[in-house]
This record gives sequence, structure tokens and C-alpha cells, in this order.
Amino acid sequence: MKLNIEGLLVYFPYDYIYPEQYSYMLELKRTLDAKGHGVLEMPSGTGKTISLLSLIVAYQRAFPLEVTKLIYCSRTVPEIEKVVEELRKLMEFYSKETGETNNFLALALSSRKNLCIHPEVSSLRFGKEVDGKCHSLTASYIRAQRHSNPNQPVCRFYEEFDAVGRQVPLPAGIYNLDDLKDFGRRKGWCPYYLARYAILHANIVVYSYHYLLDPKIADLVSKELAKKSVVVFDEAHNIDNVCIDSMSVNITRRTLDRCQNNVDTLQNTIQKIKETDAAKLREEYRRLVDGLKEASVARETDIYLSNPVLPDEILQEAVPGTIRTAEHFVGFLRRFLEYLKSRLRVQHVVQESTPQFLKDIFDKVCIDRKPLRFCAERLQSLLRTLEIADIADFSAVTLISNFATLVSTYSQGFTIIIEPFEDRTPTIANPVLHFSCMDPSIAIKPVFQRFQSVVITSGTLSPLDIYPRILDFRPVTMASFTMTLARTCLCPLIVGRGNDQVALSSKFETREDFAVIRNYGNLLLEMSAVVPDGIVAFFTSYVYMENIVASWYEQGILENIQRNKLIFIETQDAAETSMALEKYQEACENGRGAILLSVARGKVSEGIDFVHHFGRAVIMFGVPYVYTQSRILKARLEYLRDQFQIRENDFLTFDAMRHAAQCVGRAIRGKTDYGLMIFADKRYARADKRGKLPRWIQEHITDGSLNLTVDETVQLSKHFLRQMAQPFRQEDQLGLSLLTLEQLQSEEMLKKITQIAHQT
Amino acid sequence: MASLSEEVLLVVKKVRQRKQDGTLYLMAERIAWGPEGKDRFTVSHLYADIRCQKISPDGKSKIQLQLVLHTGESTTFHFANESSALKDRDAAKELLQQLLPKFKKKANKELEEKNRMLQEDPVLFQLYKDLVVSQVISAEEFWANRLGGINNTDPGLCDNKQEVGISGAFLADIRPQTDGCNGLRYNLTADIIESIFRTYPAVKQKYSENVPHNLTEKEFWTRFFQSHYFHRDRINTGTQDIFSECAKQDDKGLKSMVSQGVKNPLVDLLSLEDKTLDEGYGLCTSTPSTSSSNRTVKDSSNSAIIKRFNHHSAMVLAAGSRKGDTQVDQASETSSTDGNSRDSDFFQPPVKKVRLQEAIEYEDLQRENGPKTVALNLKKADRYAHGPVPLQSQQYTTSQDIINSVNYIQHEMANYKPNLTQVLSSTSASSAIAALSPGGVLMQAGAQQAINQMVPPEVQGELKHLYAAAGELLRHFWACFPVNTPFLEEKVMKMKSNLERFQMTKLRPFQDKIQRQYLSTNLTGHLEEMLQTAYSKFHIWQTRRMMRKT
Repeated sequence: MKLNIEGLLVYFPYDYIYPEQYSYMLELKRTLDAKGHGVLEMPSGTGKTISLLSLIVAYQRAFPLEVTKLIYCSRTVPEIEKVVEELRKLMEFYSKETGETNNFLALALSSRKNLCIHPEVSSLRFGKEVDGKCHSLTASYIRAQRHSNPNQPVCRFYEEFDAVGRQVPLPAGIYNLDDLKDFGRRKGWCPYYLARYAILHANIVVYSYHYLLDPKIADLVSKELAKKSVVVFDEAHNIDNVCIDSMSVNITRRTLDRCQNNVDTLQNTIQKIKETDAAKLREEYRRLVDGLKEASVARETDIYLSNPVLPDEILQEAVPGTIRTAEHFVGFLRRFLEYLKSRLRVQHVVQESTPQFLKDIFDKVCIDRKPLRFCAERLQSLLRTLEIADIADFSAVTLISNFATLVSTYSQGFTIIIEPFEDRTPTIANPVLHFSCMDPSIAIKPVFQRFQSVVITSGTLSPLDIYPRILDFRPVTMASFTMTLARTCLCPLIVGRGNDQVALSSKFETREDFAVIRNYGNLLLEMSAVVPDGIVAFFTSYVYMENIVASWYEQGILENIQRNKLIFIETQDAAETSMALEKYQEACENGRGAILLSVARGKVSEGIDFVHHFGRAVIMFGVPYVYTQSRILKARLEYLRDQFQIRENDFLTFDAMRHAAQCVGRAIRGKTDYGLMIFADKRYARADKRGKLPRWIQEHITDGSLNLTVDETVQLSKHFLRQMAQPFRQEDQLGLSLLTLEQLQSEEMLKKITQIAHQT
Repeated sequence: MASLSEEVLLVVKKVRQRKQDGTLYLMAERIAWGPEGKDRFTVSHLYADIRCQKISPDGKSKIQLQLVLHTGESTTFHFANESSALKDRDAAKELLQQLLPKFKKKANKELEEKNRMLQEDPVLFQLYKDLVVSQVISAEEFWANRLGGINNTDPGLCDNKQEVGISGAFLADIRPQTDGCNGLRYNLTADIIESIFRTYPAVKQKYSENVPHNLTEKEFWTRFFQSHYFHRDRINTGTQDIFSECAKQDDKGLKSMVSQGVKNPLVDLLSLEDKTLDEGYGLCTSTPSTSSSNRTVKDSSNSAIIKRFNHHSAMVLAAGSRKGDTQVDQASETSSTDGNSRDSDFFQPPVKKVRLQEAIEYEDLQRENGPKTVALNLKKADRYAHGPVPLQSQQYTTSQDIINSVNYIQHEMANYKPNLTQVLSSTSASSAIAALSPGGVLMQAGAQQAINQMVPPEVQGELKHLYAAAGELLRHFWACFPVNTPFLEEKVMKMKSNLERFQMTKLRPFQDKIQRQYLSTNLTGHLEEMLQTAYSKFHIWQTRRMMRKT
């Protein structure tokens, strides 16, 4: 249908529309009009992606000069591919309606592992191996060597692309990962470099967060994207953790040992080159004197050489003299390394700020702040000069030099914690230096600064106001949309007590309590007898799940559950879990029914959807608080309190509730879907916890379902499931949660729609 | 009788039957016994006819083997060879043990099928009782028609029995019981053993390797239940355990399942992340080397339990779908089942594309254009959801209500004034009364209803049975027409006599009975009529035949 969103003609590739989609588009349009940032929460399964795409594509067509590009960031590869498929649907609708083929270019970009078509390289299983192998075939000096030595193996796909691929732009169309590969095969071009080149002139780019948020990659891939782009972060509820992860470094003894080897190798190589080809080193020295600007005209294939910090600042200056010559630099690295080794030789936990660390390093080994800052850049230059083929071997020294650069660049927002041993095993010495970022805004700041509109959206962003605070930006729109429902297809229940009135909770004091564990078991057992097909149960942590499973096993609860359903359990091994997942789906599919025991914050809870019969009930055992005894977390909480005035408890609860909401939200993937959401912990009943759940879940929690026993839960579930199992047709939804164009245009409906968006 | 082509599996001499010495032969399809010195068998049973064998307890002086047949008869053999009686008997027993189950299935299938049909269909059962048990027609005749009909209508249904899956909790169902002293008893049934074998092929292999030669069956299962393999949470395991190899094999199987990867790209956690952080970056790194080295015993036993559950569930699932050919179809449709689909991604895209399309589908946003289906229209959805609810007392009228209404009617009647100007003429009124009285023109339709009240229920029931039986017989009878084969001719004659016999043995006594109870005899009028029609048809046919013959 064709919609009129405040004067903008929007093609929407469906015959009907949900009211909240319309509302969402309105808000989005206002955000784009204001050229500002937005935070939008809309439940999963209400067609967020297609609304976003429809509106932004329409906007791009209407105002080609205002918005030149859409950068759509998602979290997982399947998500990325889904977005492209939805886009394809939209574009097909466009060409059907308008009758002309439009010249839109949209493509997905992913790592080499997903795009490589080189027969040898693509058969490798791990991303790192693929990257390394690719690099060894495509690095600039390798290719240079080929001129003198034709036997040097190179990647023919890259050669072909490099020779002709850049002259002709990628023809307009929608390219998913597989389409790119097909295209690459046909032309004989490398799809990965083709995609990386094509994103510069594409109208829509879909890729993963890291290409924007991880400065090591962002600098390389996304540097030249136009300012007049709209950036969308989908599934952004964890965006702060992604930011923090990309800026944090851990150094163990093993890292240092490997680094030591790296440095030795560097030394030897320098020695060798000095004897054979001293001119090369002299040339490098000259370049460094001229400044990094020159040196940074990097060739695109040299991936490993990227700076962990944000660009601009250092590139203006020249590398300080103390580390300009190769030998000096290696000596410098040695000193730094020895210093780190000495720091790891501690008996007790040390925590210090970056200025403290810098002062200490200056006092002890006379290393200044400035050369440290250039460490990463200098290493890049050296590695390039030495023409070292296999970068994977040099990851340790790269890590150390990145750490050096980070620690000397940021005086705030980071902390250094040195732990001599793990908390669980105090007898085994395993010193780790955590250099941890506490401020997610550092990594995302350049994104907000550079692009005109950044939209953060997800199914679970409640409470909305916390994201602008922790990411330090000022949005022009913040809205939370509910799900209009013709029937209440979600049923959140809070189970606070067992049948024997024992309070159910996963809190620390009652964690080992047998009564609680038994009651949790009973809950699962009873539900397994009532709920058809699939049940997913989430535990607060892996250790907790292991313990509970063991004691359920001893008590014979699992055996009884097996009478009703098959049991599959997430393990720490991803491959094993994938298999369990597939078997779980198979068991749901063939009618036997299954239970998946899983972990909040795990991969399953973040990336896998349990649509329809794959998840008729989700049980959340306990409140998934993060492990609060960790020093890194404590430091971060302190920082949040001092910098953003967010109280520790508020943040912890927020974090726990967003994960809980993510877990239970896995089961509802649309309006025709239905599922039970069982929160098995009495703490969920408290207003401060409940209030942090997304509105679309919150509004279905009635006062009567706040502190149920297991029996009551079973009764309510039975009732709910029977009602939901009735046929649900389109006519039932029409006019309520599903609108035709005429209905949408009616005055009354428009009034209703404005209420859907919950402004904050 | 003893054809030479039969393969003799075992010959046991000096076996007594009915105090007569003789020789017992176990052949490929039957067991036979012949008295000494004669060359024919006086006893011969097909294995298919044997329901079970019984042996005398070990302590008894007579060493006997009894065969119980499906018919209920039994034959007892007495092994009389002093020196090797026990051995002979056991040899015969063992062999029978192996042979009987093979034939059992074949024989029972038909019997079971008949039994099932009778149980499922009470009308048929009654018919069977009326016709076969009272020997109006023979059982074979009865079934010949029935089974044939069923088999002809859908042969697929009978041949293709649905594979029964395995209960997920079959191991849990083997509840150990304490036997008084320090021991445990496990009760194993053939079903459970089959479940174990189907789920754990490794155990089956061990069984076939070991059981007859190295271990007895009992010993095997004892070891099984003692083994670490059964109690997976036990870590300290004896090295002698024959099942330790099974565990290894299982682990290998699990690994190979894992390494095969998953077919659905949407659940492949390995390829979920686009770009993982390099080692050393990120907040919390869990280095696998350290975590595995300092795991406590408890931890590893816990993870063993978890692994075991995953494996068990996967195996149960696999056992359920192993035989289904449809599964294979599906698998080949979703992806190539061969292991090398991983490295060649030529196979992958279609599956992936389908899955992606499924994932982005919003069925309710599109206009429905599939075929219209008929929706279940529930008048009382509530009732469907809750099942029948006892009537609430409020729904009854209270006695006060009744009194009130009676009073009201009385009041109405008292005040009733006939409107005399508009009454019918007396003649038309009397004819209307006549028409409405029993036997009148308008009351004939009501007679059917009257039977309900007039006839006691047991007579009604009997009448129904008679109707069913007569219907069945008449069906057989009419099915013979047109009579164009000698077989049908014979059958029609037989059916006629059957009908007559039915009339004599069933219908007449019933008629007498109702007469004795002074009920109107026209109850059976219709039955008689039907029989008469059949007879007249038969007569016409017979006279025509005679004419043709003459």
C-alpha cells in the first residue's frame, strides 16, 4: 500500500499495516527531519525492520540530497541477511508499483569468512584463519613480490578485482551475501573487496556493529562513508557492551610470552634486513619524519594495521624521535614488555587509573606518554616495512601496542585492574591485567558526531532514558511503542512461591537452597505437562544452571520431565549447542515436544528466535543479574555513578531486566504467535523491577499475576493456552491491530495511533 | 507328512508324550513329535500356533516342556533321557525361544487385527456373537467378508503400521526396587530392552558380541546397570567395564554429530557472530585452557550429565525417525545429508533462502489468498476450554417458582372464557379428534415414538441386535446377486439356509417372547418382510434356474 506519512509518500510492501508501524514511521520521519538522533523501542515481531526500511528508502527517494545513505547495523549474520531480504521485498514492490527499475544499490557486508570464494581460503573454518590466509595472498608487498617472482601465490579473485573491478561500479540491485558471492564467481572478482569498495557508493549498507563501533575496523572500512548518512543500530539493547568490548584489553602472562617471541622475531628480521636491504629501513625512517599522514595512505588489503584509537588526533603529528628507528622501537617495546611483566608479578589485586599507570611507568622505566601513544602506528609501519606475511603470529605484539596507545590516549573512562589469580581458584596464580573501558560513549562518540541521524532501536530498550545517558548523546525523539493486540497473545506470569509457599528466588542466599531448586524443578515439570511443543528455560548463569541440572538429576525431576518432553541443554561449546538447538527444533517439529535449558546472556538468548511452536513458553529462572563481585563491574558502576549519576542498583537492575526481557521476548515473534512468559522469582513482582520491563510486556502483567504459586501458574497457563489455540484469523485482527489503508485514514484511528507512541 | 524338504533344526530322542516314548523334532516352521518306531508324527504344531512354552521348575524330578497353543490346548513333552534330560530340554527351549518370536508376529498380526476390530466396533462384536458364537455362520465366513473388505479399501493402512517412537523417559521407567537385602532389582521388559537397543546401538552391539558366548543375558544387564555407562554421573569407573567402550563410542558419535554441523543456518551459533573480537580484546575473556585444567570433579560430572542429556535426547529423537522414509525425503529437501555440504556452499543457499524467507514472513500483513478453510464454529467456546461443568443450582427453578406458575395457570384457567362465536362445527371437530386419536390419520407418524415407551428396553436392545444380525446376513445374501458363478450359486444356497436357520433359531424365539409379554407382534413385521423378500427373490432365481436347466 501507499502511505502518506506527514506528506511523504511511502511505499509499504504489504496490504495491511499494524498501527504501531505507522506510528513508528511517523516518529522516524520526525527524527530524520530534525537531522537528529533517536531512540525507538518497538516490540519484536511488529515489523520494525520493514517500517524502518520503507520510510528511509522513501525519504532517500524524496530527498536525495538530504539523506544519501542508510547504514543499517545489526548484530548477527542471519539478522543482516534478513534485513537484506526484507529490503529486496520492498524493492520488488517498488518496481511493481512504479513500473520502473530503480537504481538503488544495497548490499550486505560481512567478514571474509562469509564472503570469500577462494577455494582454499574459504574452506577454513575460523574467521581468523580466513583473514590470515587471505592476507598472505593479497598483502601489497606479496603482490609486489609477484612481479619479480611469478611463482608467488596470489588470490586470482583479488587480482582480477584490482585490475578491473573498480572501474565499473556494481550494477544497481540488492545484494545479499550469497548474491555477492554469485556475482563474484561470475565475474571472477573477490566479493569481499568488491563489497568493501561498493559500500562507498551504495545507497544502503547492511553490516554488523563492529564495522562502525570497533575503531580497529571502523577506521578501515567505514572511514569514508558520507556524513549525510542515516545510521540505524537494530537490536541495540546491548550496544553499550559492544562499545566497551571493542575498547578493552586483557593481558595475561601467555600474551606477554608470545609478545616476547614476537619482539625477538622483529629484532632478528630487522637485523637481517639491515644486512641485506638497509635502504628500506632508511626509507621508512624518512617517511616517519615526514609524518604519519603520508604513512597512513594505507593500502586497503593491509587489514591488521589499524589504530585502536580514534583517528585524526595523532595523525597530524610526527612520530617522536625516540622510537623512529626500528632498533630503538624494538628496544622500546622490550622495555615496555619488561615493565608489564613486572606489573603482573603481584600478590594482591591492584586497581589504578590510567594517569597513575602512566606516572608509574615513567618513574620505573622512563617511558614517556608520547611515544606510547604512537606505539600502534609505529608498529604498523614497522610490520609493513619488514613485510611480515603472517599477521596472526603478531597478534600479541599488536595487542600490547594497541594497549599502549589506548592507555596513553585516554585519561578518563578506563581503569586498570591487575588480578593475581581468579577468584574461584585463589591457589593458582594466573595474573591478568584488565584494561577495561567503562564508558561506552567513547567508542560510539565519533558515530554520533559524524553522521547526521543515528537511530537506536530494539524490542527492549526500557527504560528509554538510560541509553542517552550512558551513550552520552542527545536524541531528538525517544519513543516506546506498544503492541496493539486483537487478543492478548502474551501472558506474563510472575511465580513467587512454590506450592509449599517457599519463596522462589535465585538470590545469592537461597541459591543452594534445596527447597527452591526443587520448586523450580516442579515448575518446569508441571509446565512440561501442560505446554505443547517447545519450552525454553533460561537460567541466570551457566554455573547456576549446571548446579540446578545436577540436583534435578539427583532428585529424579529430570527423569519425570523426560516423560513429557525431551531435554536439551546449552553447553559452553557453541558447536554442541548448535546441534542441541537443531535437535530441539526437530523435536518440536515432529510433535514430540522438547525443553531447552539455556542461559541468559548466552548466545542462545541473544541470537535465536523461538517462533510459534518452537517456544510456547519461556521460563526465566531467577533474575539474571551480572556477576556483581567482579572488580571490572564494580569499577564500571563507580564510574557510572560519578560520571552519569546512575546509581549502582539502578544500573544493575536495568541490566538484569533488559536481559530478562530479551530472554522472554524470544518467544513472541509476531501477532499471530503466542507464548507464556514465566518469571520465576518473587523479586520480579517489585515495582522497581517490573517497571524496567518494556512497556509491551509490562502492560499485560496484572496485579493478580504478581505472586503466583506453581499450581496457580499451571491453571492460568492451561486457560491461556486453550484460548490461544483457537483459530485466529485475519478478520479478528482487522481494525484493531491490523489496518487497511481506509481504516488507517479514518480520523478516529489516527487519534488512536498517536496514543501508541509513548513519549518520554 | 514329513516332507524331506523340511529342514530339521534339532532332534531330541527319548522324549515322552502321553506316556509314550518318542522323538522330538524341531523344524524350520513347526515342532513335531513321533512315537518310537513309527515314521509319522502324531503331534505337529506350527510355530505360529504356539502361544508360549513353559518349563518345569529346576527342582522337579520330571523335566518337562509344555507348549501352550493359541487355541488354549497344550502339549507336554517329558524329557526322559536320564543323563542329558536337562540339557536336552534347555536346548529345545533355547531354540524355541529364538524361533517363536519370529512366527509370533506373523500369526498374531491377523489375530490382533481381528481382535482390534472387534474391540473397536461394538456392533461388529455383537454381530460376531450373534452369528458366529451361535454358529449361524462359521468364523471364517464371517471374517472372509470383513477382512477382505477392509483390506481392499485401504491396503496401505494395514500393511504400513505406524512406527512407534521411544519414550524419552524409558530409562527412568526402569525403577530399581530394593529386594530386601542389599540389592536392587531392575525389571526389564522386552519393550525397554528394545528401547535401549534402538537408542544406544553401541549397547546392542555389545549385547550381540557378548551375550551368548561370554555372558548370560542376566549378567549382561546386571553389568549394564552397574556400569558407569548407565550412571553417567559416576566418575570413578572400573577399567574392566565392558561398557567403557560404549561411552567412548557415544562420545565419538556425539562429536561426529557436532562436527557435521547444523543444516539450518539460523541456528548455527558458530556463524552467528560476524566478526568476533580478537583474542585479548573484550571485557571478560574466559581462556579455555585454564578453565578446563582446574575444573573440579564435581564440575566435570555436572557437565557429563548435561552432555548425556543432550546425547540421550538426540538418540531418542534419531531412533524415532530412523526408519521413516519420509524423514529422508525431508532431509534431502532441506539439505544434502552428505558430510561435505559444509565446505561446498553450493548446497547451502536454497535452504538458507527458504529459512530467511520464512523468518521475514508476516503472514497477517498479507492478504490471504490461500483456499478458504472452514473454521471450527464453537457455540460455547467456554465449554470447549473447560469441559463439561456441573449445572449450577441457580439454573434450576425453585419450588417457589413452580408454585407461582401453577397458581398463575390456575388463575388463567379460572378466568378462561371460551369464545363461542368462533368454534368449529361439531362434525369437523369430531373428525379432527378422530384423526388425532391413536390409530387416526395424523397419529400414524407418532407410532414410532410410542414404541419407545411401550417396549421395555431389553426387548428394544434385542430387537436392535436382531436387526443388525439380519442385516448382516441379508447383506451376504444380496451380495450374491447376480449369481453368475458356481461359487456364488453355492453361496446363495448356503445363505438361504443361513437365513432360514436365523429365522428359526433367533427370530421365532423372539416373537414368542414378545407374544408372551403381550406386546404388539408387528414389531418384527419388518424383519419378516425383509426375509420374505429375500426368500421370494431366491425362489424366483431358483425357478428360473430350473427352467433354464430343463
